[in-house]
Formats: sequence, C-alpha cells, structure tokens
Amino acid sequence: MSTVVSVSNVGKKYIIDHEQEGAYSTLAESLTRSAKSLFNRSAKRANARYSKEEFWALKDLNFEIQSGDRMGIIGHNGAGKSTLLKLLSRITQPSTGQIGINGKVASLLEVGTGFHPELTGRENIFLNGAIMGMSRKDILKRFDEIVAFSEVEKFLDTPVKRYSSGMYVRLAFAVAAHLESDILIIDEVLAVGDAQFQKKCLGKIKNVGEEGRTVLFVSHNMNAVEQFCNKALLLGGGTILTQSNNVREVIGEYLNILADKSNQPFWHNTKQSYQNPNFTPEYFGIEAQAGSAAQAQLSNDQDIQVKVSGQVTEIDPALQVGFALYNDENQLLFWSVFNDGPEKQWCQVVKGQNSFLATIPRRFLNEGTYRLELIVALYFRAWIIEPQKDAPTIFFTIQGGLSDSPYWLIRRPGIMAPELEWRNA
Amino acid sequence: MQSNDFDLILKPDRKLKGAMSELWSFRELFYVLAWRDFKVRYKQTIIGVLWAFIRPLVTMIVFTIIFSKVAGLPSQGEIPYALLVFAAMLPWFFFSTSFQEGTNALTTDANIISKVYFPRIIIPISSLFVNLVDMSISLGIFFLLMIFFGFSPSSNLMFLPLFVVLAAALTIACTLWMSALNVMYRDVRYVIPFIVQFGLYLCPVGFASETISNEWRWVYSLNPMVGIIDGFRWSLLGADIQFYLPSLMISIFITLFLLVGGYRFFMKMERNFADII
Repeated sequence: MSTVVSVSNVGKKYIIDHEQEGAYSTLAESLTRSAKSLFNRSAKRANARYSKEEFWALKDLNFEIQSGDRMGIIGHNGAGKSTLLKLLSRITQPSTGQIGINGKVASLLEVGTGFHPELTGRENIFLNGAIMGMSRKDILKRFDEIVAFSEVEKFLDTPVKRYSSGMYVRLAFAVAAHLESDILIIDEVLAVGDAQFQKKCLGKIKNVGEEGRTVLFVSHNMNAVEQFCNKALLLGGGTILTQSNNVREVIGEYLNILADKSNQPFWHNTKQSYQNPNFTPEYFGIEAQAGSAAQAQLSNDQDIQVKVSGQVTEIDPALQVGFALYNDENQLLFWSVFNDGPEKQWCQVVKGQNSFLATIPRRFLNEGTYRLELIVALYFRAWIIEPQKDAPTIFFTIQGGLSDSPYWLIRRPGIMAPELEWRNA
Repeated sequence: MQSNDFDLILKPDRKLKGAMSELWSFRELFYVLAWRDFKVRYKQTIIGVLWAFIRPLVTMIVFTIIFSKVAGLPSQGEIPYALLVFAAMLPWFFFSTSFQEGTNALTTDANIISKVYFPRIIIPISSLFVNLVDMSISLGIFFLLMIFFGFSPSSNLMFLPLFVVLAAALTIACTLWMSALNVMYRDVRYVIPFIVQFGLYLCPVGFASETISNEWRWVYSLNPMVGIIDGFRWSLLGADIQFYLPSLMISIFITLFLLVGGYRFFMKMERNFADII
C-alpha cells in the first residue's frame, strides 16, 4: 500500500472582519482606510473599529492516508471538517504546511454543483460532469448508467427547474456517483432523497470503497461511518483529537465529548443570542414535573417535560417552536413543534414572555442519553434556530423505571422501548 | 516521505509554473461553460436564436441613425457612413459586452467556485465565447449590408482575424483585472457600466479617427481600442482607409502589457477566491 495523501503541519487561517456592516468590503472603504493610516496619526483609533482577528480553522494537522483507505472524518460543527475537505479538494489553499496528493481527486462537497435551472436534465449531466472533472468521452460512455441510476429517464429533456426536489437530487447524485477518480472526497451527501434512494447511494459509495479507491468521508451519521469506514479521524477545535483504525473507538470518543461538553439539562440565553422579533429564546430545559427544577437524570416511569420560554415582540402566525430529539449515536428520533396537533390545540403566542411545555410520555424512550436541540422557525419561510446548526442543546439520561413487569428489568435492544397496551382478543 | 514523491503538492505559496499545462488539461471545461452560456441565453424565448440576429441589427440601425443623422458626423471618402459605424461597432460591442459579462462571471458562478476546484481563469475567459458568436453573426449582417450598398471588400479582409485576436486579447486582459477585483470589491460591478458608456464616446465609433489632428493622434491612440477599431475598419472597408501604424503598435503593446499583468494579478488573487467570494 502506498501513501496517497500526506498532510503535514497544515493550518488554515481566516481573517475575521469585526466590522459587521457588509458581507464584502468596498473599494472606497479600503482606500480611505489606507489613506487614513498613511496620513493620519489618529488613524489607529479609527482603525480599531475595523479590527481584524485571525482565526485558525485548522492547526498543525498531520496524517496520512494509504491507498484503498476509507477514512471517516468526524467532529462537531465548527471542528474544521469542511475546511479540511476544502483544502484537500484544492478549493482553498493552506496557510501553513503542505499537502501531498497522488492520483486524481474528485470532491463531492455538494451534489449538483453548477446545475443550471434552465437547462434540461440531459444538458445538466454534461455540464455538471464537466465541472466535476469528467471528460466528455467519459460522460458519453457512462451516460446510460447515470440516467438509469437517477430514475428520471422520462424527464431527461425537461428543464431541471421543473423537477421535483427529489428528482433533482437523484439526478445530481447519479452524476456524482459515476465520477472516475482515485480519491473521492464526500461531504454528507448521503442526506439526499427518500430513504430508498439514500440506501442506494450508500450502496454505491460502498462499491466505490470495494473497488479499492480511496475515500474520505465526512458525516454526522455515525452509523454510516461505522459501516463504511476502516479508519476514522476525530477533529475538534481545528486539531486532530484522535485518529485510529478502530472506528468504533473514535466514534466513542466523539460521543463522549458530545456528552461532556455541556451535559446540562437546561440552557439559559446568557449571551443574549438568537435575537429576533418573533421569538427570542430565554430558557430551554428538561423537568421531571412541570415547574420543578431542571433535571438530567430521569427514570423511565415518569413523564418528561420539555420547557421552552422566550420573548415575542412581533406576533407571526407562522411561528413554530419545538425541539429535535437525538439519541447518543446522534440519530434523529423525531422533531416536535407546538402546532403539530389540530389548530385549536396549538399554543397561544402573546407579546412579551411566553412559556411552552411539551410532554414526552413515560416508557416511550429507551434507557440511554438523549440530546435535545431547540427548533424555532417560521413555517415554510425561514429558520430562526435550525437543528444541527448551532442550536441550543440540552441533555438528559434515562435510567431505570423501565417497566412494572418482573420480566423486563434491563435495557432492551432498540432505539425505543415503549410499553404498548396488550389485551386478550 | 519526501515531498517530491507526490503528483501534486499544495502549499501556501503556490508557484505559477505548471498553471498553463493545467489549463490545457481543463480545456473541455472552456467549451462546456461557453456552451452553457450560449444555451441559457435564449432559453424560454419564443423566437430563440433569432434574437442573436435581431439584437445586433437593431442596435446598429439605432446607432447609425443617431451618429449620422442626429450628430451629423462626417463619413470618410466614398464609404457609406452606415458601414463606417457598423465596422467600428463590431469590435466595440464585442469588447463592451464581454467585458461586462466577464467581470461579473466569477460572482455569478460563486457557488461553483466554493465547491469545486478548477483553474478559476476558465470562468471569465469562457464567458467571452458567446460574444464571439454574436460578433460573427453581426459580421454576417455587415456583409449583407455591404452588398446592399454595393460595396466590395478588398484583400485587406484577410487581416481581419488578426484584429479579432487582438480584440479578444484586450477583452481578456481587462476582464482578468476587473473580475479578480470584483471578487474583493463589489464596487467594480457599478463602475463597469460607466466605463462602457463613456468608452463608446471615447472610442472612434461614431466618427473616423482621422478627425483627430495628427499631433494629438498618438495620445488618442493610448486607448488600445482605437488601434483595434481602426484595424477593423481598415480590413473590412479596404483601401480607402489610410492605415495609421503607430496606433496599432501602441494598441498591441498596451494589450500585451495589460494581458501579462492581468494574468499575474488574477493568478495571485485566485488562491483566495473561495474564501472571500
């Protein structure tokens, strides 16, 4: 086996502009700024407003990948995973160190890059393929395969702007799946399409690995990483925390950090973040009984209360407040919001302080540690707080109280452990 | 492991060496992106590609009327005024539209730049091809107009490709500078329309450059478009046009200077595009 990727002392620095007025600078601004600093002694004070800060997204990275490796890269949001992929796929350059690569790299940081809505499916296959680095000859050779995989034969000559979102991603993934390269870099593209298509995608990626190609795979889906990778690398705060051939071990480490980091059953908006007129959250917590103090350890024989409170200055009828529930393997169990039921049972929203309470019934979840992320959204319009994207997070653990039956004393296999009603019939 | 064991080394200070051969390996992408621009341009229109004929034709008619009838600028010798203006508009509209589109090309394709690697220079340059097609169509109209006026081209015509190449080189040069700047400073987007608007009057489009007195002519020729427009007229309209060699030389020199500088500037800026776009 030979080394196909070698990363040594690699770092990536970004300059954060603290002047928050616009996303990009204007020529006039930088001209006046540099003019000021040339001629004006007090410019230093003026410049303070535009203070710049260095931010190291990655620091001192060292690792090697052998040919045929399927390496999973895991870590929290902001750990530097995406930056690492961008460096390896040459989209941006390292600030320090160097990366050596042997072989042709194809990177799938997104499916359907460059798709043009006005062009037909057929035309987009050629466009997207060329942008991803396929030659026209390759595309022609694999055209039928791509079309068959995408399941959109009938709409091949329809502009993709008329496609359903499912058709769109299927076509996009189909092109990506037929890229020919020695090294394939994939960033969570599995999260596309319906369950059946996801399965097909995962199968395709597995095939890629079995063909002996080298794969780098970033995902939050620990099941996928565990099934598919033979090596894993855990990133945290821009550095490598663990790397090992024992994928399970690395995943375990990741979950531990996830649990230790803020293993709190409550969250207070102490930093005054997420400010917005529709619903600014103040508190998010787990309570054993409504009104009691937040509690992290719960027994399964009691209902679990989830409380959310916040301030409203502008009432929007599309407001949805709720939470996403994950297990300790970061699998999403469900989302729940306060207007899931019939309209007359929805929570009332008033100007000022609002508190909402949701009940997770007793003996519904299994023993284990769970994570809740706050959701605030305007229905079909905008996310105010989106799960998996820096949402407030709380944790709780269920232990004991599984059942009143003498036959059910220990944790059962399975994600859920509901006690269903059984009767003679 | 020694660093020279790898095909590709990514380092903070990437060298320009090898950039050209890399560009060659990506040559298909030029074609595909140009083809995309062409396809997209006339999608969901009723008359489709007919627009490619109507647009330049109408523009030429309008400008010819404005310059000849309204402004009353003189023609040159026996040459019909309409032909004189039309011959100048070919390079001018090619330059101005490709320059405008090329400058915005990088920001229009920002989503591609932040997700896939390829030499970025392909994007602004490939946006030029659609306009090359447009110019060819206009050229066809020009020849029809020549027949209408009973005017026959001279052997100078065989030099036309040379001037087309020069026009393309100047366009690429300006586009490289401005598109790279536009990634950083979006002001550029607002400045370009002004440059293009003033340019029409600064360039000898509505009049012959002989109108400029001889002592100032070389100063006027510092605008590289002057040499190109004169060259188009000379090769299309033939012997009646006297050729002012210094203006062509100046134009070639300035174009090369801008092109080399623009290329270096673009390659230097390129490495940060994905971070700031």
